[in-house]
Amino acid sequence: MIIKIIAIIIGLAILLMALIAVYNKKLIVAIVAAGVVSLFASVMYLLLSAPDVAMTEAAIGSGLSTIIFFYVVNKIRKNRKDHA
Amino acid sequence: MLKKIFTAAVIVAFAIILLKGYGFSGPDQQLNEVAERYAEKGPEEVGAANLVTAVIVTYRGLDTLGEVTILFLTASIIGFFLKTRREDLTAPPQVRKTSEILSTASRIISPIIFLFGAYVFINGHLTPGGGFQGGAIVASGLVLMLLANPLKTVNHKIISVVESISGISFVLLGVLGLVLAAGFLDNAFIGPGRFGSLISAGAIPIIYIFIGLKVGSELSGIVSNLQETQKEEI
Amino acid sequence: MEQIGLSHIAITTGILLILTGLWGILTQKNIIKMIIGFSLFDTGIHIVMVGVGYVEGKTAPILDEAVQLKEAARQIVDPLPQAMVLTAIVIGIGITALMLAYALRLYQKNKTLDIQKFNDLKW
Repeated sequence: MIIKIIAIIIGLAILLMALIAVYNKKLIVAIVAAGVVSLFASVMYLLLSAPDVAMTEAAIGSGLSTIIFFYVVNKIRKNRKDHA
Repeated sequence: MLKKIFTAAVIVAFAIILLKGYGFSGPDQQLNEVAERYAEKGPEEVGAANLVTAVIVTYRGLDTLGEVTILFLTASIIGFFLKTRREDLTAPPQVRKTSEILSTASRIISPIIFLFGAYVFINGHLTPGGGFQGGAIVASGLVLMLLANPLKTVNHKIISVVESISGISFVLLGVLGLVLAAGFLDNAFIGPGRFGSLISAGAIPIIYIFIGLKVGSELSGIVSNLQETQKEEI
Repeated sequence: MEQIGLSHIAITTGILLILTGLWGILTQKNIIKMIIGFSLFDTGIHIVMVGVGYVEGKTAPILDEAVQLKEAARQIVDPLPQAMVLTAIVIGIGITALMLAYALRLYQKNKTLDIQKFNDLKW
């Protein structure tokens, strides 16, 4: 019972963060929101008794993929400053 | 406006397909036949306590080989794309100095992260974890090192040597299973050992070590290639 | 509340996440935003797949003290979707990184990220 309530709360948090990721004007905020979606999804996998998938999602989805996005956006922002 | 309506129609159609496809029947009360077979015969056939590992490395080992091949292809395409201007790098780029705490802590924590990654992929057949998770953890250790010291150059030669040696060993172990046991990537050519101990499950720990090294070096290659774009001009 | 299982909650979340990601891909004009939408889509598919493999009240497919060897088939969830999702996540980051590298080169060539300014293939 309590697990279902936790799952519903996590599901709502995932959807809220996804909407922020799609609609926020600032790219940095959108990228961090997408990382948070992955982090909540890994908790969801843990509730669905899939610890292997939860580990992978936490390490890859919210760690490495966020840092890759940041590298690219940082590069683009630097370029924009040079040419403006 | 017309475009918005069209987009909404596409979304609604997709939603209907998804809902019809799943159907929202009641939740399963028991496992289907394939999963039941894995659960009953897995421990004696493969000997791994973690059934997900048994499925990834042995029952569906060929899928895993294809998967690391896809990852290798993406890593090499990214390297090809981003490496073209390496020669233009003349003046040392200006980077903001990283804080004392980060650079000191990374020197202590990075080796521990690498060690933890190795622990995760060696124990993949007993506990949650395995080659993919361990490789991702190793790559995160490299990310910490690069964040603490952005001017550090990653030695791509070492990465590619580790990557190719582990890839070849993975395939050779598969062929060894074909020759000495029942089929490609069969793990039974080494004795099964005592169920639940570190040295058990035949060749699974060895195969998973190579998968971990391969995935770790590929992800490290991707990350370091993207990081090096920060240094070049334009 | 009794009829709603954990897998229902997970699958509903996953389907809504897929639709949010698709909406993002179709409506956003910034390429980086479209890639973010793609990664949301990816996560949604993974949640749906793991949710389909979940069996109510069962534990993780790892045979240790909590699961008897003889009773394993009645105590664990389906290991197959978990294995598939595991490999799918790793492929997903490869695809995302590839798309970001393309986006970076496109930006360096055309000095814009707006998808509507790219009309090389338009006629």
